Amino acid sequence: MKALEYPFDSQWILKKKKSIKRTLLSENRDFIKKKIAVLGGSTTHDIVKVLELFLLDQGIQAEFYESEYNQYYQDAMFPNETLKNFQPDFIYLHTTNRNITAYPVIGESDDETKERLEGEYRRFEAMWERLEDLYHCPVIQNNFEFPSYRLLGNQDAAILQGRVSFLNQLNGRLAAYARSHAHFYILDLQYLSARCGLDAWADPFYWYMYKYALAVPFIPELSFEISKIIKSILGKNKKGLALDLDNTLWGGVVGDDGPEQLAIGQEIPEGQAYTEFQQYLKELKGLGILLNVNSKNEPENALAGLRHPDGLLKPEDFIVIKANWEPKNENLLAMARELNLLPESLVFVDDNPAERSLVREQLPGVAVPELTSPETAVRLLDRSGFFEVTGLSADDLKRSEMYRENARRTKLQAAFADYGEYLVSLEMEAEIGRFSPIYLARIAQLTNKSNQFNLTTRRYTLSGIEAAAADKEQLTLCGRLKDKFGDNGVVSVVIGRIRGKVLHLELWLMSCRVLKRQMEDAMLDTLVERSKGLGIEELRGYYYPTAKNAMVREFYKTQGFTKISEADNGDTIWSLDLTKPYKKRNQVIKVVQEDDERRNF
Amino acid sequence: MTREEIFEGLNEVFRDVFDDEDITVGETTTAADIEDWDSLEHINLVVAVERHFGMKFSMGEVTGMKDVGAMADIIEERVK
Repeated sequence: MKALEYPFDSQWILKKKKSIKRTLLSENRDFIKKKIAVLGGSTTHDIVKVLELFLLDQGIQAEFYESEYNQYYQDAMFPNETLKNFQPDFIYLHTTNRNITAYPVIGESDDETKERLEGEYRRFEAMWERLEDLYHCPVIQNNFEFPSYRLLGNQDAAILQGRVSFLNQLNGRLAAYARSHAHFYILDLQYLSARCGLDAWADPFYWYMYKYALAVPFIPELSFEISKIIKSILGKNKKGLALDLDNTLWGGVVGDDGPEQLAIGQEIPEGQAYTEFQQYLKELKGLGILLNVNSKNEPENALAGLRHPDGLLKPEDFIVIKANWEPKNENLLAMARELNLLPESLVFVDDNPAERSLVREQLPGVAVPELTSPETAVRLLDRSGFFEVTGLSADDLKRSEMYRENARRTKLQAAFADYGEYLVSLEMEAEIGRFSPIYLARIAQLTNKSNQFNLTTRRYTLSGIEAAAADKEQLTLCGRLKDKFGDNGVVSVVIGRIRGKVLHLELWLMSCRVLKRQMEDAMLDTLVERSKGLGIEELRGYYYPTAKNAMVREFYKTQGFTKISEADNGDTIWSLDLTKPYKKRNQVIKVVQEDDERRNF
Repeated sequence: MTREEIFEGLNEVFRDVFDDEDITVGETTTAADIEDWDSLEHINLVVAVERHFGMKFSMGEVTGMKDVGAMADIIEERVK
């Protein structure tokens, strides 16, 4: 919803939150359902109400537990049946500098101040550890905003007893904890309040009147940040950019003006702005964000512009370059297909309001930020949080490389007359085995972001995946595929529940980037072999239709299963009899089954 | 700004905040007359009214307001 995209009108959101919620719910999307516990050290009522809106906008329908006023510590530290029964998927700790129990006193020794700091930190650390033990779910913790006054003036930042110094050090400790704990995420309240303006942010009117630790008009800014972290953990980040060229990546029109006339580089102010934007995009690419071009241009002009000596982005920085005269919405769809992504995984950046409006209307899921001027382009993308980082996996860092490998595979495919020959030429090797610790985070991420090749669309948290891996009643398989062009990482996940002699397949998913590679066959072969090893006589498959998984409606049929029932809503159940002979299906992938001893892949 | 215009503005804000097109407030309307008007929604109302009329209430004014008429008095005084 446009009203919830950066830059939004906070006060309008606050005023209209009820009707916004109604509209979002009426869109009837396939919402992911999650439970969020908000433990506050000050009033959290509207923070929760507005967070609900931002999450709905991301396709997440949240149920909330909200601690009583200022009961965050009690809720975390002492037995709480309500919270325990609630079983949160996320915990947000909304504490602020109002919750510091004892600031340093001028006149005490540096050692006393250090001890005080240690005590304050330990109080928080004890809560996080308790929450981790009890709930085993992601914890989002505010760091501390700067104090509203400075007794020691500028030296408040230097003298240990200054509050600025104290909070800075405390924030350093929080950050260190976050670096060493995978489930723990900082919400950078210090940055957020600074960027909103500390004086306005800390307007004490709202504290005295309602015990809000921030000015109410800024609540949407805070809720938006919380929602970014949550949607990112749930794998709902955008994956790539579709970028216009003329007046977006450089000033001027390359086809009319010629590449030598473009505004890019250090010579003129406008050129500097475009250069910084290109620099930012290049840094995004380093995080694994896929860069693509969607431009109305002759291809040779587009390339000439991208080869401008002062430009930082070169043709080889992009995966797909669409430079033609087709409508941009169609280019974007074609681009998504080539990348094996859903269109809504892309962000469309264009200076032309007409093009933005076209894409917005034709492709509702695609993010279309309102680019108004080159000098604000970086801020626009940065604040929007399309690519909010909550963990950089090795896969993320080399994603561009993986997609480029895919593009090379596509080219190779065109050179083979026979598809089977092509598959053989890929020299594929798969590692298939039960869930092992190094893959758990990636597996949880896949369950939350795979929509198309996903039979049951069952979402798991990291703790859910850990539980499945440890459960003797569940048979888990994950598959990693590499070929001569590179390593695709973990691409397929299967979870089955053992009930007597039947294995119920509660989850079967695969990343679309390895479609039609016989990876699904290799997975089934291994699944059958292991099931037989456990004395299982039947595999039972379930297909639950969603708006996005039509491609696997007949998946079990293709794999040789027989349909045993079909419900009115389209749910189907399938069976594969393992007492009959099974012929291995995969002919082209060399499979390595190693559970305890990992190969050097 | 006439008192009538102030009430027109107030009606608009109340309808948005409580998401109810049928709300019409008068001089003597109080929180007891509107179902969702509790202390936590009150803050939203205050912020929305301030935004609408481009003014700010003092703490004393917010705590002292007995009814919508009293709110209109302050607005009338402030937005001349």
